[in-house]
Amino acid sequence: MTSLSSNTLSRWSTDELLCWSLRGIATIAGAIVMLIVVFLIVEALPVLHHVGLLRFFTDPSWHPAEGLYNLTPMLWGTLFAMTGSVLIATPLGVLSAVFCHYYAPPVLARPYRRLIELLAGIPSVVYGFWGLVVLVPLIAEVQPPGPSLLAGILILMIMILPTIALMADASLATVPQQYIRGAAALGLPRWAIIRGVVFPAARSGLLTGVILETGRAIGETMAILMVCGNVVQTPSSVFDPIRTLTANIALEMAYALGDHRAALFVSGLVLMTIIVALAVSAEWISRGRMYG
Amino acid sequence: MHRSIDLFQQNISGSLAALCIVALLGTPESVTAQTTATDPLSGKLVITGASTLAPLVAEIGKRFESHHPKVRVDVQTGGSSRGVADTRQGLADIGMVSRVMKDEEKDLYAFPVARDGVGIILHKENPVQALTDEQVVAVYTGKITDWKDVGGKHAPITVVNKAEGRSTLEVFLHYFKLKNRDVKAQVIIGDNEQGIKTVAGNRHAIGYVSIGTAEYDESQGVPIKLLSVGGVAASTETVRNDTFPISRPLHIITRTPPGGLIKAFIEYAQSKAVHDIIKQQYFVPLVD
Amino acid sequence: MAETLSRPQDHREWFAFVLVWGAAALVTAVFCWLLGDIIWHGLSHVSWTFLTTSPENAGRRGGIGPILVSTSLILGVCLAVSLPIGIGTAVLLAEFTSDQSLFGRMTRRSLDVLAGVPSIVFGLFGNAFFCKALGLGFSILSGGLTLACMVLPILIRSTEEGFRAVPASYRLSAAALGLSRSTTLVHLLLPAAVPGLLVGLVLGIGRAIAETAALIFTSGYVDRMPQSLLDSGRALSIHIFDLSMNVAGGDANAYASALVLVVLLLAINGAASWLATYGLHRKIMTV
Repeated sequence: MTSLSSNTLSRWSTDELLCWSLRGIATIAGAIVMLIVVFLIVEALPVLHHVGLLRFFTDPSWHPAEGLYNLTPMLWGTLFAMTGSVLIATPLGVLSAVFCHYYAPPVLARPYRRLIELLAGIPSVVYGFWGLVVLVPLIAEVQPPGPSLLAGILILMIMILPTIALMADASLATVPQQYIRGAAALGLPRWAIIRGVVFPAARSGLLTGVILETGRAIGETMAILMVCGNVVQTPSSVFDPIRTLTANIALEMAYALGDHRAALFVSGLVLMTIIVALAVSAEWISRGRMYG
Repeated sequence: MHRSIDLFQQNISGSLAALCIVALLGTPESVTAQTTATDPLSGKLVITGASTLAPLVAEIGKRFESHHPKVRVDVQTGGSSRGVADTRQGLADIGMVSRVMKDEEKDLYAFPVARDGVGIILHKENPVQALTDEQVVAVYTGKITDWKDVGGKHAPITVVNKAEGRSTLEVFLHYFKLKNRDVKAQVIIGDNEQGIKTVAGNRHAIGYVSIGTAEYDESQGVPIKLLSVGGVAASTETVRNDTFPISRPLHIITRTPPGGLIKAFIEYAQSKAVHDIIKQQYFVPLVD
Repeated sequence: MAETLSRPQDHREWFAFVLVWGAAALVTAVFCWLLGDIIWHGLSHVSWTFLTTSPENAGRRGGIGPILVSTSLILGVCLAVSLPIGIGTAVLLAEFTSDQSLFGRMTRRSLDVLAGVPSIVFGLFGNAFFCKALGLGFSILSGGLTLACMVLPILIRSTEEGFRAVPASYRLSAAALGLSRSTTLVHLLLPAAVPGLLVGLVLGIGRAIAETAALIFTSGYVDRMPQSLLDSGRALSIHIFDLSMNVAGGDANAYASALVLVVLLLAINGAASWLATYGLHRKIMTV
């Protein structure tokens, strides 16, 4: 309380100073995205200038050394790998969160949660390394060549599973106990409560989880580079090798010069566009929910 | 009581901010300080370029440092083309190029330090023992897609190619007179070891990698085998006596005639004193 | 919890029961396979010497001493920059702006986008901005700053959650006592929001320490003991990538390095959850 007297006079100026410095800090944080976009555009500008954006989608192939810059097969590669892995990981992740909350005995639930947390932090290189020496040869036995869209989907699925599992876990935890008790008092069986009461109540958290895992699936680089085969083509089956936009950058960046390097920054811009679209749709979904 | 805590916390955030500012502002100065050192055998050497050469030059650099404690040798990996570009722009003191110098690169000073062969590898259990050059071309352009057409068992061929920009790719394409656009690959890889892991994990794959790397892995029990090219067995021995047809010199390059520290390093890298390192990294020392 | 729910009764219940246990078993099995593989191959190579000596012969032999130092320096730079900015922004978003204000909305939206930016794009950006435009070159500083941009959204999001979890009655009581907003913040809200901050810290460190793609083009490849923040330094995950992809015969040390990385993560997670449960309670009680 000794501080009160000395504070009374200077209170508002201190608060104002604090508020403005915080605003400055937040501006830095908010400006990073702008900075990233600006730098990507600046670096991509030379090639956009004398090749034009259109040719990145209409050229016959991706052979930057020969002046051909078609990105569409890699765009498809990214989208297919993302869709496949999200479709598998979402039910698995949500079910594993349900397991933690409503099925597992407490003795199992805690270590299981720790396991998932640990897996969330394992570096993508390790997943990729494992995929390359264990998973890819297995797939090659079934249907050569081995490195394929399927390998990518499976590795991505394992990598994004912790994200959705932890998010689902957190959102299930926010479902009010009364809801569940009430439903149980009505004599509903366990799965019916989960499906009819818990999922609707936790919907917003689950959706956020799906958005987050989708972002991670799009952005994953190193593991995909190691298991996907990296052939620039639109896949016709899951056993076909693909190259994603991210792998394209990682694979060629260190070797690229001039227009080729600039073309990789265009890949980066395309990725940014997808991410922005995802963020916008996430907000659109959440707004629809808010008023719907 | 409250007040003292308050002060303390302000101090922390203040000094943190100061630290950040110092870190940000202090940098350009110290960069120049390090690069403009004039004493002949002290200072920092920045070397960038071919990933094939990077481990070798890094090891040579370490030994060079142990002889000259005031010298630091920083090796960054990338590709031959980046080695050329960085050296031209002065971002690097020395570039690494793992191929023959091109005509448009004649303005640079190139110093060969070692040789390396590019060999074709198959899975060990593949019954095919040899491929003619025509067969290799046909396989890589997708005209032959089944092993039974080249004397193996019926199985689809998995063609492993290198990513654009790699000099191993350029050397390979140059020898077989192919264009990268014509290659029909099932897998595209980055570095040598990824190629070996891919072939070792797929019984129907064909790839090409640095011979030294393949020889080492083969000796470690990795299930791959090197094919002979043009009737010459692929080994570091045939690369050494220059009978193996697909080989390349490994260069380090400079923009200006080397002097001082750079000269001392290049002379050291070309001397016999590093031959054991070159062999240790599975390359072939130059015969003098 | 399980007691409040009734036992499986009809077919659908049984099916769900099997499905949920099956999913959990599958997840556990895959992860045990993966972890087991790393431990099995890596454990025999990890020793005190491995942790302290320099890599030799391109990493095939020797240890990871300098790489551990570089990794911690990169992490240190990353946290030194991202913590003040992250906490500051979180405080502003949670305490000083309304959700409806334009500034708050814009900042939050741009952070949402930032959270989704692929790490390789951070690598491109870091290479173009920190290495080239600011002239930091391939250095620990460039790598750390790039990582700071990357972990910022995670840090801000969970710290903000931490602040929002503080009951409104704290703020009201403080206001009623005539405390200024800054005093309230420092003495009441910050300590109470520390659990959220810690969660963010753990997630951020986890993401930073495991990062490869963003570091390859920023902190570089040099595996020597760094002498200043302007030296290039190889992070642990890049070491694993290089050993498994570029160095013949590097697998054994790659597995061992991966094991070290996983154990490090485990230790960080453990320390944070210990702090959150024991250390903080006491602090909140005494403040």
